[in-house]
Amino acid sequence: MSTRTVAPVGMKPVDSGAVHIRGAAKSFGAKDVLVDFDLDIAPGEFVALLGASGSGKSTLLKILCELETVDHGIVRVPSARSVVFQEPRLVPSMQVWKNVVLGRSRALASRAAAEAALAEVGLASHADDWPRTLSGGEAQRVALARALIREPRLLLLDEPFAALDALTRIRMHALVAQLCARHNPSVLLVTHDIDEAILLADRVAVLRSGHKSLDAVVDLPRPRTRGGPAFEALRRTLLAEIGVSTDPEAEPAVADQTQPPRAAPLPVRARSASTVVPRTVVPRTVVPKETERR
Amino acid sequence: MSSKSVAVNSPSPLARPLPGAGVPSPTLSSDVPASEAVASEVSTPEIPASDVPASEDPASGVRDLSRVAPPPGRPRTRVRPRVLRRALRVLVPLLVLAAWAAGSATGLIPAKILDSPPTVVDAFGHLISTHQLQDALSISLRRAGVGLAFGLAVGLVFGLTTGLSRLGEELLDSSMQMVRMVPFLAVTPLIVVWFGIGETAKIALIAFACVFPIYLNTYAAVRAIDPKLIEAARVFGLRGLALTRRLIIPNAMPGILVGLRFSMGVSILALIAAEQINADSGLGYLVANAQEAFRNDLILALLFVYTVLGLFIDLFVRLLERTLLPWRATVVGR
Ligand SMILES: Nc1ncnc2c1ncn2[C@@H]1O[C@H](COP(=O)(O)OP(=O)(O)OP(=O)(O)O)[C@@H](O)[C@H]1O
Ligand SMILES: [Mg+2]
Repeated sequence: MSTRTVAPVGMKPVDSGAVHIRGAAKSFGAKDVLVDFDLDIAPGEFVALLGASGSGKSTLLKILCELETVDHGIVRVPSARSVVFQEPRLVPSMQVWKNVVLGRSRALASRAAAEAALAEVGLASHADDWPRTLSGGEAQRVALARALIREPRLLLLDEPFAALDALTRIRMHALVAQLCARHNPSVLLVTHDIDEAILLADRVAVLRSGHKSLDAVVDLPRPRTRGGPAFEALRRTLLAEIGVSTDPEAEPAVADQTQPPRAAPLPVRARSASTVVPRTVVPRTVVPKETERR
Repeated sequence: MSSKSVAVNSPSPLARPLPGAGVPSPTLSSDVPASEAVASEVSTPEIPASDVPASEDPASGVRDLSRVAPPPGRPRTRVRPRVLRRALRVLVPLLVLAAWAAGSATGLIPAKILDSPPTVVDAFGHLISTHQLQDALSISLRRAGVGLAFGLAVGLVFGLTTGLSRLGEELLDSSMQMVRMVPFLAVTPLIVVWFGIGETAKIALIAFACVFPIYLNTYAAVRAIDPKLIEAARVFGLRGLALTRRLIIPNAMPGILVGLRFSMGVSILALIAAEQINADSGLGYLVANAQEAFRNDLILALLFVYTVLGLFIDLFVRLLERTLLPWRATVVGR
């Protein structure tokens, strides 16, 4: 795997948490999942990625955590990353606290550290439990603790709340928002849930036919609540973009805005049109197979 | 948490809401700082058993599942079912024994075909008092144990190899599947040609027979581990040997233990075969002698020893399961 640093002279490559993707392409056999996909995430920025089922969101996430490689394109991510998957994926044969420190070196895998991380998600008393005894929401919180204990500069969330009931999901939203505010990693949240995206993210991007078809700043004050004209407007735009809209008239209006497909970040509420796209900030890089962009 | 009431068909004074419903749970947020506004899931306390059965009102179709706490002073766990369950286990053997004793006493079962239970007990006593049984058992168990150990080692290593690596699978699995189909008794001539008729031959036969159950189960158990789990472990930095040792082997352990149980059973089976073919000592030798003397009381006493061996294997594996698999729900049925 080659590493390329495009940092301006004198700039120190830091593990800032920034993500930089240009022209990423990935196909499985004849199926092109990603075609010329671009995405930037600024350090500490919370980006939600929406897209229809099968649009390649999970594939993108796997690429970012090196479970897959891009066919070609530039991908730079911080080396300190961690993931929460759609399922908790806890190891059934390990107690909860051992799951939290899974794969860490002996020095870092202390019980005290695990308990501290569990306390952050409100599960300190469950350190000695077996995963099978946890509820779905508890298991997912353990998965969150497991991700956070690694102090990631980039946190990847693949529909982590999709399997939870509505009430637990609301609690998880609050927890994630709070933990992200405290630890300040860059976050890429993959989700089907438009409301969730708008509630949590600084920016919302839509993945459609292999590329980013929309990139909108969520310019709403925090803490956010559902409803309100701005919320609804953004919601409708996103729905139409994903292709859920049943109103045939709504589609072209949005499509106009988003042509050409590789539009620069598009502020939907045009108050601060300048989105932070730090092309210059370069972390310690991981560049899976780099080839010429087409 | 909202207060729920459980529908009951009769306003019985015994009917109460389920424990926990509407009552603030003691586990709620006690260990969670107020700033972390996540209420931990309410853990429902175990509903105490009671003697009030579920009743159904056929007219309304309402099924009453209410339960009440048992009166104070009585043990909370049910005692009777456990005793009953134990009794059920020995019921069938006892019935068979009673029928046998009755048949022998009335002369319905001739002693030439089947000796009476007391005669068999006497034969058993004779085997013990003359130390024949103890000697034979120690020799036989050593043979079975050594053969089993070799078989397990080979089966485990091969099973892990084919389970863990595609190359290993391509190299080994189809060969193993072919050799597995050869009945181990059919291999005896070859083993005699190779190892003669001494101890080595017996152990080799037992080892050969023991390889396959553990191999098949280990291979299947490793392959059955959720690839998503392995994927997650990789992301979190668990790789190579550590991944195998800390994740794959523990999670394949239930299947490996099933294989162990089968292999142990097969080791006894192969032991008998090995000892009856050519032996001057061991359990199989005693059985062969008894057969030549037409002593069905001795044969039965020795067969009983085999069943006890089977029982011990079962107990041993259960014990292993309890110590090695604390993370698994053990109770599936009722
Ligand atoms: N290993 C693979 N081999 C072949 N095809 C794959 C593989 N992984 C994903 N795909 C295909 O790539 C496409 C995108 O899959 P992906 O899992 O990324 O979708 P997604 O956007 O996460 O969908 P969902 O929202 O339903 O989770 C799908 O059509 C899927 O069938
Ligand atoms: Mg997915």
